[in-house]
Amino acid sequence: MANQKIISRNTKLEDNQYKWGFELDIDSETAPKGINPEIIKFISKKKKEPEWMYEWRMKAYNHWIKKGDSEPTWANIKYPKINYQDIIYYAAPKSNDSAPQSLDDVDPELITAFNKLGIPLEEQKKLTGVAVDAVLDSVSVATTYKDMLKKAGVIFCSMSEAIQNHPELVKKYLGSVVPYSDNFFATLNSAAFTDGSFVYVPPKVRCPIELMTYFRINQEDSGQFERTLIIADEGSYVSYLEGCTAPMRKTSQLHAAVVELVALKDAEIKYSTLQNWYPGNKDGEGGVYNFVTKRGICKGQNSKISWTQVETGSAITWKYPSVILQGDNSIGEFYSVALVNNFQQADTGTKMIHVGKNTKSTIIAKGISAGKAQNTYRGQVKVLPTAKNAKNFTQCDSLLIGDKCGAHTIPYIEVNNPTAQMGHEATTSKVNDDQLFYLQQRGISLEEANYMIINGFCRGIFKELPFEFAMEASQLLKVSLEGTVG
Amino acid sequence: MIKEKSLLEIKNLHVSVDDDIKILNGINLTIKLGEIHVIMGPNGSGKSTLANVLSGRPGYNIDKGEIIFKGEDITSQDPEIRARNGMFLAFQYPMELPGVRTWQFLKSSVDAIRLHNELPELKIKEFDKLLEEKKEIVEMNSELLKRSVNEGFSGGEKKRNEILQLSLLNPTFAMLDETDSGLDIDALQIVAKGVKNYHNNNNSVMLVTHYQRILNHLSPDYIHVLMDGKIVKSGDKSLSLELESKGYEWIRESILKQS
Ligand SMILES: Nc1ncnc2c1ncn2[C@@H]1O[C@H](COP(=O)(O)OP(=O)(O)O)[C@@H](O)[C@H]1O
Ligand SMILES: [Mg+2]
Repeated sequence: MANQKIISRNTKLEDNQYKWGFELDIDSETAPKGINPEIIKFISKKKKEPEWMYEWRMKAYNHWIKKGDSEPTWANIKYPKINYQDIIYYAAPKSNDSAPQSLDDVDPELITAFNKLGIPLEEQKKLTGVAVDAVLDSVSVATTYKDMLKKAGVIFCSMSEAIQNHPELVKKYLGSVVPYSDNFFATLNSAAFTDGSFVYVPPKVRCPIELMTYFRINQEDSGQFERTLIIADEGSYVSYLEGCTAPMRKTSQLHAAVVELVALKDAEIKYSTLQNWYPGNKDGEGGVYNFVTKRGICKGQNSKISWTQVETGSAITWKYPSVILQGDNSIGEFYSVALVNNFQQADTGTKMIHVGKNTKSTIIAKGISAGKAQNTYRGQVKVLPTAKNAKNFTQCDSLLIGDKCGAHTIPYIEVNNPTAQMGHEATTSKVNDDQLFYLQQRGISLEEANYMIINGFCRGIFKELPFEFAMEASQLLKVSLEGTVG
Repeated sequence: MIKEKSLLEIKNLHVSVDDDIKILNGINLTIKLGEIHVIMGPNGSGKSTLANVLSGRPGYNIDKGEIIFKGEDITSQDPEIRARNGMFLAFQYPMELPGVRTWQFLKSSVDAIRLHNELPELKIKEFDKLLEEKKEIVEMNSELLKRSVNEGFSGGEKKRNEILQLSLLNPTFAMLDETDSGLDIDALQIVAKGVKNYHNNNNSVMLVTHYQRILNHLSPDYIHVLMDGKIVKSGDKSLSLELESKGYEWIRESILKQS
């Protein structure tokens, strides 16, 4: 069961296994491999979706088929060709009976990883899906929070529930920032997404707590094709955190999520990610292919969207959280730490599209490369003719550990309004021996000294994260670099 | 402890870098507990190299000789172990550590040394109290402690930060590499006060300097002149006065005459 949603590119596709028009059994737990109209109908039915949702999925699917083999090739990443018919697109969530009853039933490798991260036991139980009734405290805690949100009028639920219960909001905003035709992976996601999170914050409401979703591929609960939609209505504020963990698998897994953010007039969305999908082993086997489309729109005046990401996992990361600055005086921010080790590859960055007047964007991207890994920052800043007095500041810093890794910085800047003010700074450095010696001379071990310097390099980004998340991020760096420094 | 006990013995130390460039050519020096030794000498004579090698900085080849510290041969010991055993170097050019908060740096370092001595890490409150007390000595601005280590510090602030670390770590053996260079009169007073405050009969100081002025605040036991990687002359405090008025050339000439 646990492996059924894992995409195995090592198994060969059995030809003609599925025929067009073949009616799938709605009671079956898992869809057969591959994607076709029947599978999409199956997913939509499984989710008890209304007709309009099914039609939207089909539009995406037809577009995907029409475009054919149009996987983006411009990124600085290499991977074997993915057979999209060799992927299972739907597997039913595990019932509680089959969930592990205690941590003793959970993959010990995963527990070791959690312990290294310093994740408390109760949290570990939640993450590994240990039957909820065994975690009495968190049940009551969850209910308290639910009441609090309800009182505030904040909707925080799964995408499937939102499609059922808030169709007017979903209809209005789904695909409004990332249209189904946006790019190969987003189109595939639009056709086949299985779940994800939905947030709506009503006007003038400051969401009383930080909302958080922990995605995990080891469980069946959330798919590789999640879809997240966050809407901050006029004058509202929300901070949303996303954590991703996955246990080790020998084969590679595809993860193609789409996240859309909409900030209306005077609204602010803060979106933080800690991405720690399995990066593959030391020889480059296995690991998650993380092809994600994240985009927000500052639709109204004075709105603000801020992306903060700490990316330490995945074999391949292809991800460009972006902001369309449509409202006048709107603000877009992108703070990123991307760490790659061993054979990991990351091509990540952002796009800031300035449309409105006096719009302002800040990009601070820190790349850390170790082992034989390749790290590319790719960023676009575009100022449209309408964007009078647009301002951007971009800073890209790369840190190299060892001499077999690489760092690349590729900024694209397109300015169509002469009043724009652009600033760009880029640095590449190595962990400096003199700095290490300074710390060692004060009694600090070489390994600890390395972490202190690497942490220091990331400090500007970590301070954008909520406190506990910042602690976890710093631990993540440490675990990810284990054995490469000192 | 008894004043006579030797804390550090340097025996026939020969040091080179990369392509057989010889920098130290047979240094012999014994430093006893409670003593202050001053190393003077022209630029490039090997003073910083000596301090670096004693503290275990990588990048130097020790071709001959040995270093005995507290009765143990430490010639090839890791720098952090030497530090934990009580060896301290105030750097001629303290490094900047971007993003590493000064407070965190100081605490990590105090704790690393405590752990080595089988003492528990200090609680935040305990450490803050200690820090409060020590930073008064060097008149360190609290704002600086919130910044990254040495980042945006003036030359004088960096040197004072070194002395703050000296006071916090309270090592058995302190090497000060030109800590008094580039300081105005006030800053010099503060640094001298810090060293004076630190020094007692249970520790020793090796002070590298070009100037007589800091010596007015301290009472050095020995002055050594280092030239071309050798100690060519040793004497008492009066030697430093002579060097300040006459420079180093007369020593070189007198050596040439002798040979
Ligand atoms: N790592 C090194 N590589 C090459 N030459 C060095 C190195 N360290 C020191 N030197 C050289 O050794 C000599 C002594 O340097 P140093 O010990 O810094 O002198 P001082 O501190 O007395 O001014 C100088 O000529 C210097 O250029
Ligand atoms: Mg020097």
